[in-house]
Amino acid sequence: MSAPPAWGGTERGGPARLRGWSPATQAVLLANAVLVLAPMVIMGLSAFKSTREIFQNPFGLPEVWRLENFSKVWVEAHFALYFRNSLIVTAASVAIILAFGAMAGYALGRFRFGGGDFLYLYFLSGLMLPVRLGIIPLFILMRDLRLLDTLWSLILIYAASGLPSAVFILTGFFRTLPGDLDSAARIDGAGEWLIFRRIMLPLVRPALVIVAVYNLIPVWNDFFFPLVFIQSDRLKTLPLGMTAFFGQYYTDWATLFAGLTLAAVPVVALYVLLSQHFIRGLTAGAVKG
Amino acid sequence: MSGSTRSADARPRAGLSVHTGRRLWLVFFLAPATVLFAVFITYPILSALAFSVYGWEGIGRRGFVGLQNFARLFSTYPYSGLLVNAFWHNAVVFVITMLLQNVVALALALLLARGPWGTRLYRVIFFLPVTLSLIIVGFLWALFLNPVFGIVNTLLVASGLSALARPWLGDPQTALLTLTLINAWRWLGFPTIVFLAGINAVPDEYIEAARIDGASEWAVTRHVIFPLLAPAVTIIVLLTFIGSFNWFELPYVVQGVSGGPNRSTDVLSLFFYRMAFGEVDTGLQDIGIGSAVAVLMFLLLVSVSAAAAVFLRRREVELA
Repeated sequence: MSAPPAWGGTERGGPARLRGWSPATQAVLLANAVLVLAPMVIMGLSAFKSTREIFQNPFGLPEVWRLENFSKVWVEAHFALYFRNSLIVTAASVAIILAFGAMAGYALGRFRFGGGDFLYLYFLSGLMLPVRLGIIPLFILMRDLRLLDTLWSLILIYAASGLPSAVFILTGFFRTLPGDLDSAARIDGAGEWLIFRRIMLPLVRPALVIVAVYNLIPVWNDFFFPLVFIQSDRLKTLPLGMTAFFGQYYTDWATLFAGLTLAAVPVVALYVLLSQHFIRGLTAGAVKG
Repeated sequence: MSGSTRSADARPRAGLSVHTGRRLWLVFFLAPATVLFAVFITYPILSALAFSVYGWEGIGRRGFVGLQNFARLFSTYPYSGLLVNAFWHNAVVFVITMLLQNVVALALALLLARGPWGTRLYRVIFFLPVTLSLIIVGFLWALFLNPVFGIVNTLLVASGLSALARPWLGDPQTALLTLTLINAWRWLGFPTIVFLAGINAVPDEYIEAARIDGASEWAVTRHVIFPLLAPAVTIIVLLTFIGSFNWFELPYVVQGVSGGPNRSTDVLSLFFYRMAFGEVDTGLQDIGIGSAVAVLMFLLLVSVSAAAAVFLRRREVELA
């Protein structure tokens, strides 16, 4: 993880690992690409149709590109609200993961002290623990802290569950930085916070990106914790809000497809812009660096 | 992962002796993460383990009951039947996902490793559904698989296969398989990319050496690439196992909290969730039973993860 990931030769212009691709290879890959994209294209096109048109002409282009499905979803079905909640929760929890993870990773990666190795392993144990199985005590804890039905309950649980991977990745990165960097700054009389914030942190920026992406999508997409913690409609995140939306509009397919499309657009757009970061970030941990 | 960090271990940290002023700084750097992790991860998980040996009335904890919750879970109606039924479904999901999704992923990775035209674009396309929320994926396919208006049956009828058209998600015979295939549609790109990265990480010299010895492409695949892919395969098997035995979102949004129709898609997480928070139609809630299920799932997941970690570490040593 600490070295730049050994991501595949082919896309960096190295030689292909295997030889002898044929039209059959192309055909299989193309077929799979169609299998992936067709459902999403049909979803997107249906979002512009009327329900009648979806039933009568499910695969064609819309006769008229109707935008009112989207405005209905955005205003009437509260998607604006759900988006806002998801944005707040995701931004806040990723920010906490990055801040606390970098601080802990710096301390564990740059200093030798009693209990340091133990603490590192303690965080690492979290990589394996299925946190959801603690949902009953968590529910009681959140109730006692009066955090049930607040966005804080989500922010705190996402931040806490993101820390093990953040500490693991960032400790590894901090360890690889040359030792004289901070020694020199210390001799010059720089304070500990300044060394961390101005000298060390900028050097681990690539690792921060990996940590951010690794957590961004799972947090944005999570359904389980909002399902348990959130009651009020005005506090629902997008995945939870969508279940209410589907219950309410279940015969109105035009609105349903518009809702699905609208919910998918931000992630897909971000993915198209940053696909390499996403692929690397989301498979971090499964792919040896 | 850990191999590369380990080598750099001693070097940069050596010169720094820790005295009191710095000790305070260390506390300052470490406290936020440690407190957050301890309160919201460690404490709930340890409590969850402890909860299983207490009696419960609703959400109120009563006295210590030893292993009674486990005894009730294993031997009383309806719990024992539900447990076995749900466990069996998780196992089926795991096996089908391994056989279909992961084998197809390996095949796709081997094709992509030939570096055909468009490799880069294919990688991006194949991975796209992995970023989509399972809620979107579940609802989208529920619409496509609608028995009357869904495009899947429409396509089957249009291509003369109307005998195959059926209520895919409404028929207990096909519901679990259909749900597993939806799941595979969403995840396929993940193992594909992991396998491709594994293949691309095979050193050139090994492949060239085999070719110079006159090995065919299949022999290179079989005798050079496959053995070196073992760590990637182990990780995918492990992640598939964890994913299959934690399966929750997709059955929940598509089939409901009871794992319908007729419990044909009930899985351990749904069973656990119903015991913890109550089933809508029956009102049945039993936190003692729920906690016992959680402990069983915990032991299963942690022991399998630990076994995989040991296996991976041993491979790393062998290859080093």
